[in-house]
Amino acid sequence: MQRIGVFICHCGSNIAATVDVERVTEALAKEPGVVYAVNYQYMCSENGQQLIKNAIAEHRLTGIVVCSCSPRMHEATFRKTAEAAGLNAYMVEIANIREQCSWIHKDIEEATEKAIVLARTAVAKILLDKPLTAGETGVTKRALVIGGGIAGIQAALDIADAGYEVDIVEKRPTIGGRMAQLDKTFPTLDCSACILTPKMVDCAQSDKINIFSYSEVEEVKGFVGNFDVKIRKKARHVDETKCTGCGVCMASCPSKKGLNEFNMNLNNRPAIYIPFAQAIPNVAIIDPEQCLKLKSDKCGLCQRKCGVGAIDYKQEDSFVERKYGAIVVATGFRPIKLDNFNEFGYADNKDVVTSLELERLMNAAGPTKGTLLRPSDGKHPKVITFIQCVGSRDVSGCGKPYCSKICCMYTAKHAMLIREKYPDTEVHVFYIDIRTPGKNYDEFYRRAVEQYGVDYIKGMVGKVYNENGKLMVQGSDLLDNKQIVIPSDLVVLATAIEPDPSVRDIATKLTISIDTNDFLTEAHAKLRPVESPTAGVFLAGVCQGPKDVPETVSQASACASKVIGLLAKDKLKGNPCVSHVDENMCTGCSQCEQVCPYGAITYIDKEFRIGGGKTETRRVASVNPAVCQGCGACTVTCPSGAMDLYGFSSAQILKEVEAICKR
Amino acid sequence: MQEITTTHKPLIVAFCCNWCSYAGADLAGSSRLSYPAEVKIIRVPCSCRVNPIFVLKAFQRGADGVILCGCHPGDCHYSTGNYHTRRRMALMFSMLNYFGIEKERTRIEWVSAAEGAKFSQVMNDFAKTINELGENRRLEDLRCKK
Ligand SMILES: Cc1cc2nc3c(=O)[nH]c(=O)nc-3n(C[C@H](O)[C@H](O)[C@H](O)COP(=O)(O)OP(=O)(O)OC[C@H]3O[C@@H](n4cnc5c(N)ncnc54)[C@H](O)[C@@H]3O)c2cc1C
Ligand code: SF4
Ligand code: SF4
Ligand code: FES
Repeated sequence: MQRIGVFICHCGSNIAATVDVERVTEALAKEPGVVYAVNYQYMCSENGQQLIKNAIAEHRLTGIVVCSCSPRMHEATFRKTAEAAGLNAYMVEIANIREQCSWIHKDIEEATEKAIVLARTAVAKILLDKPLTAGETGVTKRALVIGGGIAGIQAALDIADAGYEVDIVEKRPTIGGRMAQLDKTFPTLDCSACILTPKMVDCAQSDKINIFSYSEVEEVKGFVGNFDVKIRKKARHVDETKCTGCGVCMASCPSKKGLNEFNMNLNNRPAIYIPFAQAIPNVAIIDPEQCLKLKSDKCGLCQRKCGVGAIDYKQEDSFVERKYGAIVVATGFRPIKLDNFNEFGYADNKDVVTSLELERLMNAAGPTKGTLLRPSDGKHPKVITFIQCVGSRDVSGCGKPYCSKICCMYTAKHAMLIREKYPDTEVHVFYIDIRTPGKNYDEFYRRAVEQYGVDYIKGMVGKVYNENGKLMVQGSDLLDNKQIVIPSDLVVLATAIEPDPSVRDIATKLTISIDTNDFLTEAHAKLRPVESPTAGVFLAGVCQGPKDVPETVSQASACASKVIGLLAKDKLKGNPCVSHVDENMCTGCSQCEQVCPYGAITYIDKEFRIGGGKTETRRVASVNPAVCQGCGACTVTCPSGAMDLYGFSSAQILKEVEAICKR
Repeated sequence: MQEITTTHKPLIVAFCCNWCSYAGADLAGSSRLSYPAEVKIIRVPCSCRVNPIFVLKAFQRGADGVILCGCHPGDCHYSTGNYHTRRRMALMFSMLNYFGIEKERTRIEWVSAAEGAKFSQVMNDFAKTINELGENRRLEDLRCKK
């Protein structure tokens, strides 16, 4: 038999002014199962809690109902109170008589009656409550970072700095991400490589960080504290442990037609290559599409030239399985494809380039060794026109509805750098709005206009066409209210950015969600901006939304602190309000498994006695309480009524319905 | 029927998911946005925890209206819960309608944790509808009435 105590809070006058607490106390004292009812000014106060503790001991209570503010406010408080008095923390129910009653009703009679019903409903529920214990699981003290751009690098360095092991899985042959491709960075104009490559080297040298380059996450199982991850190391046909990165192979390779991805395909590279001089790891890789040996078994020159015997044409993909306690997703972005924007003539004119291509054309390690030359004829462009918001803030469906956030700033950067280096160049920028919030950002943009004389034109570009070797940029000047045509030598498109397309696959594998633009969704837009909705999975960098390097780094460090907080724990307490199966009723139909968003349900073969000393083996559902988040989807889906949820059982909810409907 | 409706105090059961709608109700409360006292809330982890049987039970016990509130589609704390709710309840409500429960007596609403005003508005509106419809006895199991 349950012995329930009911504790009615005045909340000062918040409740007591509208609810007649004495009447509630009297009514509840008569409720079957209730052995004690009392009201007090502030139940959550030190004295109030002591009153509850004393009552639990004195009246040998088996459960308590607190009639007070919302459970979202003080449920945790009263669970602790109960626990301190030797009760199970889950033998507590809250009747919300403040937010749902005293604060919204004026009539005392009406509010008091409602408070009584709400309290009775809570009593009906608690009578079926059972003590619950949250399961505990160990924590694997290692983190996985997916994506080795600046976000992933920063997160890994911070986690390693706290003394934990970190693995970085990077799908490209080197870490560094987009930042490695940039020339200079706003707002300070320091060289990107100069600030990034030391961090890349730190990753390589840290004894806590392990880099799986040219690798992808194949499969993720498990849950917070204990993820089991299978990593596919794609065949690079070069033995990483032997290669010294000397580059002899590159010089010897006769197949030199591969497109150089690092240089945005603006020049070529051999079939065996190292992406760029400071690549980490500094190990060559063979492009199987270009390699003569792999394609037609001819050649084999690099193997003969390699002094350390690192070339392995027969290498195949291999797999590594590792356990992790936490995962950071940092898969970054790419510029969108411009197929929907024929008006800018990108496909037809070599001298219409994207901003990322321009970064390579201005970079000392780029295809032109840092001298700005037109891709078509290698001449210095004299008139350069930038077009901002290409594919951003586009609600027509051709582009992206959001603002890519970084383009105003990097276009100002490009314009300034060009005017600085080639003062005889004329630079025009078409813009819709200039958006430069951020420390020293608007000042940066104004410098471009005031100090560097960049011609900013508010207006949209209608089309870009080639006339006698000149790129004619036709657009509107909204401030002067006229149509203009600017004959240009080079046109730069500030192209919208979008999440790396692999993000969908990653989101599915980790059961995290993406928004309508494929950016990963955070657990709470304001209060939990670096956590994903799945416990133990965190988000850093542009994969979560457009951002620049400083913002990316802050978010990555925030992720790292969350990860460190998690890994610092030896045990994780779960939520005990999870579902469970009545194996005798389960038919093994699989319907629950299909609705569970977390993959918490698996099937086991179980032996049942069927009488006459015989047994039969049946397949039944089995819930992993550490994975189950307690949504209850399975409980309703189950056609046999075999699934139920602790803390919110069907019988309890039915009792609540009955209590409310009792007239 | 006529004489009953005048003294009849309607009963409305509102199932609210913990993460959005229950929080929305809290916000309605802390913003002092009133709605009729006949609305009584049952907290469930997710709207998808609501078994059609619970709805049936409410009507069987004399509820005049049942409303389900959850996170907006796409915002469910458990990603997909409310999609199940939406499909399941469309079927349930049309079946109830077939049994003679006017479809105005059942409703699904998406109310976020930020929508205190919407919560109160929805409840006011629903209560008004239920009041206009008057007492609902069609499914009520009179045997279990004392
Ligand atoms: C033209 C241009 C100029 C810019 N200039 C500036 C500037 O001056 N200043 C500034 O602050 N910002 C600038 N930015 C923005 C800056 O590039 C980004 O803020 C930064 O690169 C974001 O870093 P990230 O790590 O989130 O993404 P990324 O740099 O894209 O890194 C993501 C990494 O994850 C890897 N990856 C992707 N998918 C997977 C997968 N499934 N598995 C494993 N690995 C994966 C990628 O290969 C990549 O290495 C500029 C951007 C552009 C386009
Ligand atoms: S309650 Fe939800 S999370 Fe838990 S097993 Fe059922 S469907 Fe999965
Ligand atoms: S839905 Fe029910 S009967 Fe089917 S496998 Fe799951 S628990 Fe068993
Ligand atoms: S948690 Fe609100 S509908 Fe699922």
